[in-house]
Amino acid sequence: MKPVILWSDLLIFILIVFISLFLRGMAKNPQVRTKWKQVFSKKLGVSTFIIVCAYVFIAFIDSLHFQKALPNIDQHITETRYETKLTSVLDLALGEMNTNIERTYSYPFSLKSYSKSMLKDDSGNLYRDFERLNHAGTHIDNDKNYVSDIIWQSAVSIFFGLFLSLFIIGLHKIWLIRSNGQNHNVYNYIPWNTAYITLTCVVILVAWMLHVGNLYHILGTDMSGNDVLYKTLKGIRTGVLIGTLATLIMLPIAILLGISAGYFKGWIDDGVQYLYTTLSSIPSILLIAASVLLFDVYINNNQQLFELGIEKADARFLALCFILGVTSWATLCRLLRAETLKISQLDYVQAAHAFGVGHARIILRHILPNVGHIILITFILDFSMLILAEAVLSYIGIGVDPSMASWGNMINLARSELAREPTIWWTLAGAFTFMFTLVLAANLFSDLVQDAFDPRTANGGHHD
Amino acid sequence: MLSYIIRRTLYAIPILIGVNILTFVLFFVINSPDDMARAHLGDKYITEEDIDNWKIQKGYDKPLFINSSESGFDKFSETIFFNNSLKLFVFDFGQADDGRNITADIKQRMWPSLAFALPNFIVGLVINICVALLVIMFRGTKLDQTAVAIFVSLLSISYLFYIIVGQYFFAKTWKLVPISGYLPSEPWKFLILPILIGVISGIGQGARLYRTFFLEEAGKDYARTARAKGVTEIQLLFKHILPNALIPILTGVVVVIPILFMGALVMESFFGIPGLGSYMLDAIRSQDFAIVRSMVFIGSVLYIIGLILTDISYTWADPRVRLS
Repeated sequence: MKPVILWSDLLIFILIVFISLFLRGMAKNPQVRTKWKQVFSKKLGVSTFIIVCAYVFIAFIDSLHFQKALPNIDQHITETRYETKLTSVLDLALGEMNTNIERTYSYPFSLKSYSKSMLKDDSGNLYRDFERLNHAGTHIDNDKNYVSDIIWQSAVSIFFGLFLSLFIIGLHKIWLIRSNGQNHNVYNYIPWNTAYITLTCVVILVAWMLHVGNLYHILGTDMSGNDVLYKTLKGIRTGVLIGTLATLIMLPIAILLGISAGYFKGWIDDGVQYLYTTLSSIPSILLIAASVLLFDVYINNNQQLFELGIEKADARFLALCFILGVTSWATLCRLLRAETLKISQLDYVQAAHAFGVGHARIILRHILPNVGHIILITFILDFSMLILAEAVLSYIGIGVDPSMASWGNMINLARSELAREPTIWWTLAGAFTFMFTLVLAANLFSDLVQDAFDPRTANGGHHD
Repeated sequence: MLSYIIRRTLYAIPILIGVNILTFVLFFVINSPDDMARAHLGDKYITEEDIDNWKIQKGYDKPLFINSSESGFDKFSETIFFNNSLKLFVFDFGQADDGRNITADIKQRMWPSLAFALPNFIVGLVINICVALLVIMFRGTKLDQTAVAIFVSLLSISYLFYIIVGQYFFAKTWKLVPISGYLPSEPWKFLILPILIGVISGIGQGARLYRTFFLEEAGKDYARTARAKGVTEIQLLFKHILPNALIPILTGVVVVIPILFMGALVMESFFGIPGLGSYMLDAIRSQDFAIVRSMVFIGSVLYIIGLILTDISYTWADPRVRLS
């Protein structure tokens, strides 16, 4: 095995470091801690947070890529050759879901193919019937028992999931009791029971998908016989990455320009304002379309830069993140500029000036920490919006590379399938359900964060 | 008022110049016409001659900014920048890759787009305001909370879901409207479903936003005074709260313009409406740079017009606002 780090993988690692640093920095501030306390003392806040974390975790283990070594057939070659396709830790966890490829469509939990084909019976006679699937329910003796087998297998996996989550909860309880002994009930404001219930549900669901998903096709198969559940799970990485990286990439530029416009004023302010007014006056979809189109031209003319097919897809993916970042950059920049204008008039900044503190120090020590909530709110609010945007963009054909597993690509491929008779609904259902769950959880969570951190709504505000 | 409009239009010029330069850099500097030719001809084994022919055919064989082989004004006019960027200002978009005149195409395709986008926008706005007002009447009750939960769920559903499912049920299963297509003689038959879907998909976002605006107004002193005077709840909502909340609503409308663009792009291609959105999409799919460039420019012109219209509508919504 040889680990491979794609550019997007690297960025997601940086992102995780960045977020943990950011959260640590915020946690030092007691005021910020009370605000987080407000978010996590709500049942909704805790359970949506766990759901979003589950998605992010899947995206993370799907970002740990490596190339499998090929079996050495020729004795004379000593160096190991590697497969050209990348495998991720998620693929390992999902077992054979990736390689259980059927001939064509099949219904969810079905043992038979979607359409009839010519088959040969034992004595060599041809007849037309639904073909038996190669990788669904192969472990059972009699196909007639498969309903009871599904129920049995589900029960086993649910029981296992329950056991696992009880184990985790038990460990956590012990840790909680210990830490409570040291300093008095610090985490008592968190509704732990809600957290436990959500966690149990997530663990059971994952265990069920892992176990039963390897025996049957839970969400059926698509046109080329791939397991739909597998594709949907692989789509999580793309969704989560788009939602986070697009904001991350534009963050440095927006912070730099927004704060310097508000702080230095004068011609810098004019320039920055002109820049974001111009950028935001181009409808983002058109700018994205134009940029993606041009990037495609660039890739086509510079094929030699990309060794693996997946690297090309990855480069296009990053370009898309960048362009999405640029289009949403203007809003954050405007907000930061306005806030900096306000803050730099405050007494403590004036006092720092009077003491002869340098510009860089004032910005870093006095202004940046006080616009943190704007950055946080933008980051969280944009997350769900970007995931939805990815689907639409991929659908139009200016999103991620068609070879990349993403919900938008799945929907794009499946849109004509509804017109078939009988209707093929499971690909769309899979992609929409997973996307909806993530976006809903993120929206609910971001609402709570906004309520807590936005000064306009912080004290009750519009949520009475 | 007139002088205000004129001034705002003048303000728009530097922005449009910026847009123009940006598209020029994107389309001609970052990607040279040679790259475009190669992408377009597609072949792996194309000769320099093929590329040169393609460039001459498209008028991309000239220098970028200054043509030193010409004299006088032609030094500037016989360049790519002049021909392909500056001419956008007089809405001369040149020719598409298939030789059709882009300006004529846009003029023709404008109307189906407008017939879809305008009703979509106005009906959507009215319905969102009505729904938000309805919810506000029950503020503080379980009904209000349920409504907010429904709004959040609605806005978490992908736009594509509304379109795909809407078409499946209304057109395919129930056969109420044609599945797709467009006839200029009876546009409503074809537009009713896209408009309906557009409005429904916007309710979650719109109604939730407007609810917060109304809620903010409903908590203000004048609302309390009116209630103390014995004004009925309905009168309060329509005569006092709605007019006051119109200002933030109008501000939010500008934000909707880019969403309308995206909606047009997806919706028109899905339902086969021959408007600007599907024009743009076809251009993206066939990598027609001239059309994409023109559409970017038109998009920003429309956006700026939208901004000016919003400012003007402030005076109508709030008599205190004077444009000067």
